Amino acid sequence: MTKHEVSNWTLGDEAMVRDALRRGASRRDLLKMFLAGGIGLAAGSAILTRAGAALAAGPVKGGHLKAAGWSSSTSDTLDPAKASLSTDYVRCCSIYNRLTFLADGGKLQMELAEKIESADAKVWIITLKSGVTFHDGKSLTSADVVFSLNRHLDGNTGSKVNSIAKQMTEIKATGPLTVQITLANPNADLPTILALHHFMIVQDGTTDFSKGIGTGAFKLESFEPGVRSMMSRNPNYFKPGGAHLDSFEYFAISDETARVNAVLSGDIHLGASIKPQSMRLIESQTGVDLVKSTAGNYTNMNMRLDMAPGDKAGFIEGVKYLLDRELMRKSVMRGLAEVANDQPISPMNAYHNADLKPRAFDPDRAKSLFQKAGLLGETIPVVASEAATASVEMATVLQQAGSKIGMKFDIQRVPSDGYWSNYWLKAPVHFGNINPRPTPDILFSLLYTSTAPWNESQYKNDRFDTMVVEARGELDFAKRKAIYDELQVMVSDDAGTAIPLYLSNVDLKSSKVQGLEPNPLGGQMGYAMAEYLWLNA
Amino acid sequence: MSGQIPLLIVGRLAIAAVTLLIISFAVFAAAQMLPGDVAEILLGQAATPQAVADLRAAMDLDSPALLRYANWLAGLATGDFGMSYVNRMPVAELISGRLANTLLLAATTTLIAVPVALLLGITTAMNQGSLYDRVITTGIISVISVPEFMIATLAVLIFAVWLKWLPALSLANEIHGLGDLLRVFAMPVITLSFVISAQMIRMTRAAVIETLKMPFIEMAVLKGASRGRIVLRHALPNAIGPIANAVALSLSYLLGGVIIVETIFNYPGVAKLMVDAVSTRDLPLIQSCAMLFCFGFLILTTCADVIAILANPRLRT
Repeated sequence: MTKHEVSNWTLGDEAMVRDALRRGASRRDLLKMFLAGGIGLAAGSAILTRAGAALAAGPVKGGHLKAAGWSSSTSDTLDPAKASLSTDYVRCCSIYNRLTFLADGGKLQMELAEKIESADAKVWIITLKSGVTFHDGKSLTSADVVFSLNRHLDGNTGSKVNSIAKQMTEIKATGPLTVQITLANPNADLPTILALHHFMIVQDGTTDFSKGIGTGAFKLESFEPGVRSMMSRNPNYFKPGGAHLDSFEYFAISDETARVNAVLSGDIHLGASIKPQSMRLIESQTGVDLVKSTAGNYTNMNMRLDMAPGDKAGFIEGVKYLLDRELMRKSVMRGLAEVANDQPISPMNAYHNADLKPRAFDPDRAKSLFQKAGLLGETIPVVASEAATASVEMATVLQQAGSKIGMKFDIQRVPSDGYWSNYWLKAPVHFGNINPRPTPDILFSLLYTSTAPWNESQYKNDRFDTMVVEARGELDFAKRKAIYDELQVMVSDDAGTAIPLYLSNVDLKSSKVQGLEPNPLGGQMGYAMAEYLWLNA
Repeated sequence: MSGQIPLLIVGRLAIAAVTLLIISFAVFAAAQMLPGDVAEILLGQAATPQAVADLRAAMDLDSPALLRYANWLAGLATGDFGMSYVNRMPVAELISGRLANTLLLAATTTLIAVPVALLLGITTAMNQGSLYDRVITTGIISVISVPEFMIATLAVLIFAVWLKWLPALSLANEIHGLGDLLRVFAMPVITLSFVISAQMIRMTRAAVIETLKMPFIEMAVLKGASRGRIVLRHALPNAIGPIANAVALSLSYLLGGVIIVETIFNYPGVAKLMVDAVSTRDLPLIQSCAMLFCFGFLILTTCADVIAILANPRLRT
């Protein structure tokens, strides 16, 4: 082995470096980080050159890409309002467009919309791009947008986002390319909400969605529910250059090991949602790499503030100090996670409070806090289940740390069946699992306000509630960020929800596949990868 | 004598109808004991009492379970398998495509595994105690002992991931000719053949050895018949009953028991459909799959009995 090589360098590390480079870390920062990790300068430079080259190479036209998600059934649909499985999202993203697109780092880009404006966050004017055509040649007009959005308000559509869409009290066309949306209450997040998958734009009057006529980068060639879909490049796509791939094939492989094996054997180019257990098999392979999207789904430990032991001052803070987050990241998640700071807004979100550092593992401090709460030496039952990702393993890490300072955590492992209705939100100390949401407002209103339906720790604070409403109507980003920063501190310090890690969505791909970026809406570029990927020869 | 076989078949069909009825009730009772119903499972984390009630009403699940079961049974009598709760599609439509895949895989496996198993079983019996016999017998014991997920996973790692000779997935829609069929089916068929032929080989060997000890074989030896003639003409027809039964039992496994192979190779067969149905508590689909497996099993055992009677004149009394 030459000194230029690093023996324990893994694909997970490679993904981390590429991620850091993409986020603007300098060469110097990274080399410093390598030195701290015991990697020499020469070897570090070699790694950086390789990672940089992967980022710099330009797109190549052509090729047929085969990719697989994890869920598909005979109820698969081409109706974006009803999309519910990963395959539905990928298919819809390929053939339809949204008005806006949420990109890496939580940055909002305009897609079918030219601009979205409002003076009071209550009445919004959307101006559409001109010259956009559907696959059948028809031009996109405001009528299509009004029809697409109104569908979510009609109970017969069966829309998955009816509860979010309900705040739009009036949607009307004010010109051939302008639409006016009136909200029930001011909400500065409307442009981000319109970036959700279900708000794809379909053609005015569509009732039969089986043809998949959209404005997207790909045209539907064939679609068999529960089996597969085939798409070919749309030559008249409105974005300059259009998609890179000639054609795109997507289906589901429900078994994770089979998905990994299919990528490793070259049967498919990309397999989504890779679990930490597969990392050992993947690490030793060449010709494949991983892309991590830490979108913000997390597994958290909930201690109800209205029940013992969470009602004793000091207990919750003690637990937050007793969580060995770094150990969990490394051994439980095998590096496929980022350390979190006990609040739900992930670093992928533009409103993430980076000044709020995760609590360090500090058993002594935890011990004195438990002493103060009068709980040292007590046995605390903790409910965990396979239903909440990795919760049993996280509970075990906590249990071991506890045993060293005289705290007994009794892990009660319960079955996945019925976990969400029988234990979650109910047991005094239990684990939950929350999927990523695109805006802080949705997360806080769903999980932390006094009236929140999923208030996991029964956190109640009037000032918090007022500030959530205030931030919702605030159009100025800086002012809004300041409010959200403070709300994150409040949740991190006072709520009974310990959030040790943000779990990553990881996609495994052949090294030939390029252009895949992390996305705040999840893996596979928030399911919208098809138009951005290309295949190197 | 000529009326015996039709009579047997009619009798078996009558028993089959009763068995299916009992099985369907047992499956229904078991499904009722599972925690959660289809509405709770579909909603998952979002299963608030209100949402569950709404979804149950929307899915017509408000009526008592026993009544729904009776309705389904009445429908079945007219050949209607009912509608899936989860995606409102006719169960018959959901099953038919999958069943074709399952039967194709089962038929291919049968074509390869049965002749090989019979050949190995008969030849080991003929050379009982020889090195050949001992090697094969030991080999079979090892194959029985290794679980199929191990064989399948190892096969994928070696032939697909390392050597890249065969595809890791068995995509039924990529089969356009015999060459594709062989490539796509190679690994699943080998895995399944290992699993089912072990039992067939051992049963064949035991049955043939047992018959070779009979006095009429001694008679055949004394009158100077060749070894091949003794085994094929004199011993085999007498041993065919137990062999046919062992083959039928092994083949019935190919209908519903291949879930592991279907999962590892992502092959869309009926077994996976039933497991999906159980995990979503989709009762009509669970019931229909169970009926199908049970019916297949009854047909195979009946065939085994008919073959035994046809092969052995002494059973035709």
